[in-house]
Amino acid sequence: MGSLLPGAEVPVVQFENVGMRYGLGPEVLSDVSFRIAPHSFQFLTGPSGAGKTTLLRLILLSARPTRGVVSVFGEEVSGISSGNLTALRRRMGVVFQDFRLLDHLTTYENVALPLRVQGRAETSYRAEVVELLRWVGLGERMHALPPLLSGGEKQRAAIARALIGRPDLLLADEPTGNVDPSLGRRLLRLFLELNKLGTSVIIATHDFGIMDAVPARRMVLGEGRLRIEE
Amino acid sequence: MVDPTTRRPEAPAMPAHEAQPEGRAPERAPARSAAGSMVTAAPDPGLPLRRNAPLVPTDSAASRSLAAVIAILTFLAGLCAGTAEMVATSAGQWQGSVAREVTIQVRPGPGRDIDADLAKAQGIAKAEPGIAEARAFSKAEAERLLEPWLGSGLDLSDLPVPRLITLKLGTPAPDLKHLRASLTDALPGVASLDDHVLWLQRLSTMANTFVGVGIGIVALVLVATGLAVAFATRGAMAGNKEVVEVLHFVGADDDFIARAFQRRFFGLGLRGGAIGAGSALLAFALAGLLSRAWRSGPAGDEIEALFGAFSVGWRGYASVLAIGVIASLVTGVVSRLTVRRFLA
Repeated sequence: MGSLLPGAEVPVVQFENVGMRYGLGPEVLSDVSFRIAPHSFQFLTGPSGAGKTTLLRLILLSARPTRGVVSVFGEEVSGISSGNLTALRRRMGVVFQDFRLLDHLTTYENVALPLRVQGRAETSYRAEVVELLRWVGLGERMHALPPLLSGGEKQRAAIARALIGRPDLLLADEPTGNVDPSLGRRLLRLFLELNKLGTSVIIATHDFGIMDAVPARRMVLGEGRLRIEE
Repeated sequence: MVDPTTRRPEAPAMPAHEAQPEGRAPERAPARSAAGSMVTAAPDPGLPLRRNAPLVPTDSAASRSLAAVIAILTFLAGLCAGTAEMVATSAGQWQGSVAREVTIQVRPGPGRDIDADLAKAQGIAKAEPGIAEARAFSKAEAERLLEPWLGSGLDLSDLPVPRLITLKLGTPAPDLKHLRASLTDALPGVASLDDHVLWLQRLSTMANTFVGVGIGIVALVLVATGLAVAFATRGAMAGNKEVVEVLHFVGADDDFIARAFQRRFFGLGLRGGAIGAGSALLAFALAGLLSRAWRSGPAGDEIEALFGAFSVGWRGYASVLAIGVIASLVTGVVSRLTVRRFLA
């Protein structure tokens, strides 16, 4: 699934000896080093509390490492300016385990959010958002507020929101955790299709069912350390 | 770059129960696309697609409280500014009318004919260029001036009651120093000129104090508005932590988030400011009407003595409106600054 020449391109994400602790607590991540190549597909797995969410937060730049170097899209992120941080985040799409849809906005408004925050006029993206909503099967639900959506619908709305900005990197935290196995497999197919179109994909999961379905690289976290299974 | 809209893969087949949720009708009708074609099957095509709802949720209870606080503060500031303006205008009018008049006082002395002294002083005043009119108060008029202090029905003929000549100043203004010197030369120790400078100074000081206190109170009220807004903004930020986090994750910068909060709070400030300033204007208009209605009655003289004609004037109304606008602007700016500091 990786690029033919992964070393020849600037990695989408690169960690070098990254350590992370919260306050004075023990290290949640220790000496984590890895590269995410462009157009690659990987799973991030490990038992609960192994540090998956922390690792995703570091990639999302919502947390800073205690030590080590984190680079995203070739840019070292320690001391990054607020403007550059926003620019990097706009190249990422993220699907949260708990969806994080804004309950006071309709499905359409939630999915359009990444374009709206870029200051684009609503008319410039309306057709695009509506088409994507139809593509993920939410064409009839675009006016509904999230509290009225089913778990699967919320999941697809969250995925659509992550995709609408055409990200170079997609992070999905337990994207199949709230849906039945059949829908889980369908969502996995969706991520694979996206990857074929060029997006690097990281899926954090402990669902061995979906991991066994795809021969992709596995990044296994255990007791704060990372092991790569190619 | 992925382009799901132009190079999208086959739409993933969704389970029937997900794609068509049973018994759950969409809350709103689907929209028409920019091209005007129906985008989705529409159970109710009459409703438009909601496209740009405020990003900061409107918490109606907290919003109403803040708007009420801003309205009350604006109302009080408006009353204060209008009253200060009214006092300043009345004081200006009094000063204008008093400054156009001076008085010569002629004191009786042993062995002197006060009527002759009065006539002499009046003659000197009339001869002075710039004096439009010189009217001598008769003995009876002078005694009547003492009635408020001594009571009526007294025989004042034995008392050495000074006599007054009121002079109306014309244009060009007369040289009052020269007049004073002439009076002192002709009637030393008997006639003196009172140009009310001391009284005018006191009136001016009082009016300036009133205006100063008014400006001070308006400033304090605006500061209080700012603090209330800062407090409310912090509350809104804490209450909408998740919204702010999601906005950051989808690529919003701090300025965008600050603008979203500013828009919401400016709206609240505008509403509160409009209600407060409107109430203050209404209160002044009502008070003006009432004072006009009561002027004919016995209480009217007292009210007029206190407040003058009770007319706020266009400057008063304009300052009340300005306070409403400034309160709204303060609300918007303070909320923006608070958000920027909160996010920094």
